[in-house]
Amino acid sequence: MSAQVITITSGKGGVGKTTTVANLGCSLALLGRRVVCVDTDIGLRNLDVVMGLENRIVYDLVDVVEGHCRLRQALIKDKRLSELYLLPAAQTRDKTAVSAEDMVTLCNQMRNDFDYILIDSPAGIEQGFRNALAPADRVIIVTTPEVSAVRDADRIIGLTEAAEKDPPQLIINRIRPQMIDRGDMLSTADIIEILAIDLIGIVPDAEEIIISTNRGVPVAFENNSLAGAAFRNIARRIEGEDVPFLELRDSSGLLKRLVKFLKQT
Amino acid sequence: MNFLQKLMGRPQPSSGQMAKERLKLVLVHDRVKMSPQMLQILKDELIAVISRHLDVDQAGVQITISEGNRLVADIPLRPQGSRSARQPAQK
Repeated sequence: MSAQVITITSGKGGVGKTTTVANLGCSLALLGRRVVCVDTDIGLRNLDVVMGLENRIVYDLVDVVEGHCRLRQALIKDKRLSELYLLPAAQTRDKTAVSAEDMVTLCNQMRNDFDYILIDSPAGIEQGFRNALAPADRVIIVTTPEVSAVRDADRIIGLTEAAEKDPPQLIINRIRPQMIDRGDMLSTADIIEILAIDLIGIVPDAEEIIISTNRGVPVAFENNSLAGAAFRNIARRIEGEDVPFLELRDSSGLLKRLVKFLKQT
Repeated sequence: MNFLQKLMGRPQPSSGQMAKERLKLVLVHDRVKMSPQMLQILKDELIAVISRHLDVDQAGVQITISEGNRLVADIPLRPQGSRSARQPAQK
C-alpha cells in the first residue's frame, strides 16, 4: 500500500480541524483502511485528547524527527480500532522544532505502512501550517459559516495554490440549518460561491461532538448522531464513493424517525 | 423595525446576506494583496502615464478594485484646448 497524505487545515482556529482528523481517522479505519493521524500542532497538542489516547503517549513527533526514538515507538495504536494510529505532537516544544523537509521525510517513511496519513494542521499561516502542508498529496480545508472563518479559508486556498498543491476541498462545520433558513447564517451555497472550491462534507453543529470529546470517543462511532454520520460520509467520499449530502434539517429527521417508529409498531 | 414599518419601508437585508456581501468585498481586497499605499502609488503612476497623452483632472481620479476582480480607473479629463466643453445640442 502507498499512503495518500491528506492535510486538514483551516487558517482560522477552533473551526474543527482536530475533531475532523480524529473522526475521519476513525471512519476510514472503520471502513477497513490503515490510518495514521499526525498532530503537527507542536506546543498545543490536542489530537491525543480528542481521540482519548492522551494517557498512552511515550514519544512524540519531535522525538522521532530528532532521532530520540524509532518511528514505531512513537506511534500509538487506537484503543478501539487496530488499524488506526496516532503520532502525537510534542507539548513542551514549539513549531520551530520541526521543518517542512522533516515532515516530508517522515511521511515518506510511513507511506508503505498506511493507506492514509491524516495531518492535523495548526491554525495560522506560519511554520506549523507550512510544515503540515509540505507533505500533502491532498488538502482539505475546514471552515464554519462565519465571516472570519471563510475569510481565513480563502487565504489558505491561496497559500495552498502557491505551494502548487491540487485544489483543496472544503468541509463546512457547525452548520445550523434553522439559522440558515432564517437568513441569519451563511448558507452552504453562499460559501461555495465565495470560495469556489469543491465541497467534500457538511457537518451540523451538534452537542454530541462536545460530549464525545469529553469522553475521548470520537462521534464517528455513534450510530445515532447526525454529526457522526456526516464524518463517516466524508470518509466514504475520500474513498471515492459518491455519497449524497445529508439533509441536516432537524424537522425532516424527526418526521422520518416518527414514520419509521410508526412502521415498526 | 416593526411589521408595519417593514411593510411600508424597504426590505432589510438579512444578516446572512450582509455577511455574504461584506465577505465578497473584503475578499476582493484580500486577494489582490494590495495595500492602500501601493494603490496610491499605482494611482499616481497611472495619472502620470495618461497625462502624457491627455489632460487629466487629477483631483477627480478614482482607482478602485471591484467585484469580479476588476481594477476600475475612473479618470475625468479636462477639456482639450482653451475652449470649454461644448454643450450638447439643445433639443
